Amino acid sequence: MTDLIRHTAAELATALASGATSSVEVTQAHLDRIAAVDGAVHAFLHVNPEVSLAAAKASDARRKAGDILNALDGVPLAIKDVLVTTDMPSTSGSLILQGWMSPYDATVVTKIREAGLVPLGKTNMDEFAMGSSTEHSAYGPTHNPWDLDRIPGGSGGGSAAAVAAFEAPFALGSDTGGSIRQPAHVTGTVGVKPTYGGVSRYGAIALASSLDQIGPVSRTVLDSALLHDIIGGHDRHDSTSLRDEWPSMAEAVRNANVKGLRIGVVSELDGEGFQPGVLARFHEALALLEANGAEVVEVSLPSLQYAVAAYYLILPAEASSNLAKYDSVRFGMRVNPVGGGTVEQVMAATREAGFGAEVKRRIILGTYALSAGYYDAYYGSAQKVRTLVQRDFDVAFANVDVLASPTAPTTAWKLGEKLDDPMAMWRGDIATIPANLAGIPGMSLPVGLAQEDGLPVGIQFLAPARADHRLYNVGGALESLLEEKWGHTLLSQAPVLMEGAR
Amino acid sequence: MAKAKLMDFDKALELFEPVLGFEVHVELSTKTKMFSAAPNNFGSEPNTNITPTCLGLPGALPVVNEQAVRYSISLGLALGCDIAPSSTFARKNYFYPDLAKNYQISQFDQPIAINGNVEVELADGRLFQIDIERAHMEEDAGKLTHVGGSAGRIQGAEYSLVDFNRAGVPLVEIVTRIIYGAEADAPELAKAYVSTIRDMVVALGISDAKMERGNLRCDANVSLSPRGSGTLGTRTETKNVNSLRSVERAVRYEIQRQAAILAGGGTITQETRHWHEDTGATSAGRPKSDADDYRYFPEPDLLPVVPAPELIEELRAALPEKPAERRRRLKADWNFSDLEFQDVVNSGLLNEITETVAQGASPQTARKWWTGEIARLANIADAEPTSLVTPAQVAELQLLIDDGTLTDRLARQVLEGVIAGEGSPREVVDARGLAVVSDDGALIAAIDEALKSQPDVLEKIREGKLQAAGAVIGAVMKAMQGKADAARVRELVLERAAAL
Amino acid sequence: MIATSHPLRTPGEPTNPHRDKLEIMSDITAEQVRHLAGLARIDLSEAEIASLTLELGQIVEAVASVSSVATADVPITSHPIPLVNVYREDVVADVLDTAQVLTQAPEHDGSRFKVSAILGEEQ
Repeated sequence: MTDLIRHTAAELATALASGATSSVEVTQAHLDRIAAVDGAVHAFLHVNPEVSLAAAKASDARRKAGDILNALDGVPLAIKDVLVTTDMPSTSGSLILQGWMSPYDATVVTKIREAGLVPLGKTNMDEFAMGSSTEHSAYGPTHNPWDLDRIPGGSGGGSAAAVAAFEAPFALGSDTGGSIRQPAHVTGTVGVKPTYGGVSRYGAIALASSLDQIGPVSRTVLDSALLHDIIGGHDRHDSTSLRDEWPSMAEAVRNANVKGLRIGVVSELDGEGFQPGVLARFHEALALLEANGAEVVEVSLPSLQYAVAAYYLILPAEASSNLAKYDSVRFGMRVNPVGGGTVEQVMAATREAGFGAEVKRRIILGTYALSAGYYDAYYGSAQKVRTLVQRDFDVAFANVDVLASPTAPTTAWKLGEKLDDPMAMWRGDIATIPANLAGIPGMSLPVGLAQEDGLPVGIQFLAPARADHRLYNVGGALESLLEEKWGHTLLSQAPVLMEGAR
Repeated sequence: MAKAKLMDFDKALELFEPVLGFEVHVELSTKTKMFSAAPNNFGSEPNTNITPTCLGLPGALPVVNEQAVRYSISLGLALGCDIAPSSTFARKNYFYPDLAKNYQISQFDQPIAINGNVEVELADGRLFQIDIERAHMEEDAGKLTHVGGSAGRIQGAEYSLVDFNRAGVPLVEIVTRIIYGAEADAPELAKAYVSTIRDMVVALGISDAKMERGNLRCDANVSLSPRGSGTLGTRTETKNVNSLRSVERAVRYEIQRQAAILAGGGTITQETRHWHEDTGATSAGRPKSDADDYRYFPEPDLLPVVPAPELIEELRAALPEKPAERRRRLKADWNFSDLEFQDVVNSGLLNEITETVAQGASPQTARKWWTGEIARLANIADAEPTSLVTPAQVAELQLLIDDGTLTDRLARQVLEGVIAGEGSPREVVDARGLAVVSDDGALIAAIDEALKSQPDVLEKIREGKLQAAGAVIGAVMKAMQGKADAARVRELVLERAAAL
Repeated sequence: MIATSHPLRTPGEPTNPHRDKLEIMSDITAEQVRHLAGLARIDLSEAEIASLTLELGQIVEAVASVSSVATADVPITSHPIPLVNVYREDVVADVLDTAQVLTQAPEHDGSRFKVSAILGEEQ
């Protein structure tokens, strides 16, 4: 088999099953690709070929013995560094965790190991997942494979870029306010944020506990569905984990059909403030769905105007508490002030040196939002806005099956362009944040390139809580309609990365 | 540290009304911790009862221990509280090296139990009602050891060592409403209240309740209100009070200390104070101020506790009898006089005596041992009686008297051996060879010897002057090193005098 | 004290790092930021305090819009998917061995974590 890296996870599974290739061969091909292009892309923070190849060998042995663990046994994947792993460091993109080795695996990592998948490495991210560009990684930014001078989105820019650059067929991500979906949008890939509680958060380094959710990142809707089926389900280690029996997401893709599907277009996310090329591709996609039997109606989410503000109170508040554990006592960095100091001074010096500017900004904001005298006005009010956003969604989903919007207002911007204006970057999360506030599932998939800059554009679908399969249905259908129309996949149009560049 | 000036207690009571409040922390004796599946064991090697959650590792999450919730509801019911239809956990945020996550999972505005009432009995039998504001669930912190400097204190230490075995152990914190009207009984009431809570959790079987191990900890709030002023004084919160005796002493001390300051025109600082068992004094700790901003917010990793009414009724039906009722029953069962029973209650050893009786000793002998010899030895050792000897050992000791193996005098020696760690009473008897010589042959040999060496005495006994036998008995007891039953020796002396 | 302006709702507007900086009347003082840094235990530099004072002022104004719609009749949502009574059985599991516990510690004595002298007292 040639050009192994260009295949999807589903295709690789088929090839492995037929004996056309081996896991070692597939894994080695991806490791080679990483060695060739990651100098330019910088999607990975840690790669350990020995560990990956050992897992691949074990998979090949299982296949030979006829006892594979899962249809995807032997397929490699990339893991966002927010997930803790016992065989590779877990830093969450922060200096304060540089080199930290977890004594336990995140539940989703255990699940992918139990399915026989082969971890390729840990992917870059904004520090503690705070950011929309991966520029806030303590280890340097990731570059968008479509244009290396542009951001790959964030916080999961590493996982999205790895998949877009064919360094991995698919990857694990985390989404607190769009960290899976927005990178998918700007890199021409697919990303899914499952229903809150659908996938275990145990071992996912917490940013904002009531918003965080782990999900798949891939080049096709089917690959996300296959990974979703592996990582989903109840976990006794996570109190917020749902005990639902989930339908197969992969089946939803394979049986995709939009005939009679009612799609609500969010009017607040369709117009002012959105780049023309983003809107153009969005409307074309809607027209295509309509032409194939879907019904498109307009819906309003009036509380959306307060969602970003609420999000930027809830997230920092929870994060300020979640990040208190980085104190130099039990693990991680320790900085001793000159001349020594009390443990209080050591903690403060460590946190000053170990956290980046965006993390400090949000910790201070969160501390403020929770502090005595301000709690009701800020944190308390934000939790009420959350109720209003949920009510808006309840009303909307009473009339439609899924909601649709552009995933983000713009295509990928230039590295450094918004770095000095945190609020401008925050405003870009307007379309993705509401799903996290309400706990509902969302998906972004590519719908073409913006005419003005030739960069990828994504459409976002949202479904009611626990109806993740609806996303895979509409996403799977739209993906095949678009590829049928184009005659190729979107990513096949991405520039060929010069191997060994930078 | 300069010694604080104290006002005479009676004088302080003339000038001020003491106002009290208590926060009692009860460690629950569940098998695992509150939010993690780590073992909840006391005395393990440091950092061996640890999961990723106890250590606050990145990505680790809490999950509530159902048994801890059941225990908390039972305690709430025993305190006469209403069980909240829905209660939630909250994070209390502050940095401290023994707090792994640098926040404590506790309860804030929605505790599991509210509005209770506890009946506390004073030594003279008077009953006092203490209102309970709330009881809430939370997790304990780890344990710090301060190295260098003086006597393991935090001040002057070079460094500290942290053991997280205790981190996450389930706690229920019981908070009283403000207690007025205790007057001169305030110190005793404090002790009686904590003792009542201790008896309650032991009867419920939800805590080991050993104060010396920190299973039960009391923070005592004390303030003084000038007579006739109608205003509340500034309060202090005394921590580290880890015995019933200390609770009483600490409250008395604070009343005397605060009275001296106020009478001298000074003001009380609102602060935490630490009780020092060795000096019998409190010292100033952390000042309470507006800077204490714990930034409580609902714990997003945990869901509300919504106990089913059936569960509450099931636990209510299983409650043991109330301490005051139990005391009335025991007094009747044991047939103790008022004075005897008060003595028992005052000693704080009701449970020990009950257990000793359950192990086979009679109520009167159990009472005499605990409130007599054991209390005396504990006083000398400046220790809690319960830390010296167990009820089972006391019962065994008494049974050895009952079956004639030991005399009272020998039994006291055996007790000292048991306290010295030489083993069970039986083992001490064997090791020290303290048993009564019950072999008549040995006694007769010794008696014959004594009678023959004192022919004049033998003659007197034969003449019917029985009091003369005393000299022979004394000699025999001496020869037997006291390990003979004097009554039996007397019998045999009379027999042998007639026979020789 | 809560001003409503600049709601964070206009996506894609042109960005300028110095936008509005002089016009914004912020209630946030450097002293307040210093206090927050103390609570958050971060030894911020004076330059960081100065810039965070400015930024926090802007951010706080921008997010203040939430209080205008959060009326008394709206309940709060702290969990996106409502669940209750999620419990664990009282059974030991997931225990780490001493090596796993201590190996990543900056400093330890073989059984306990080591920290430098502690200034303040237990809370």
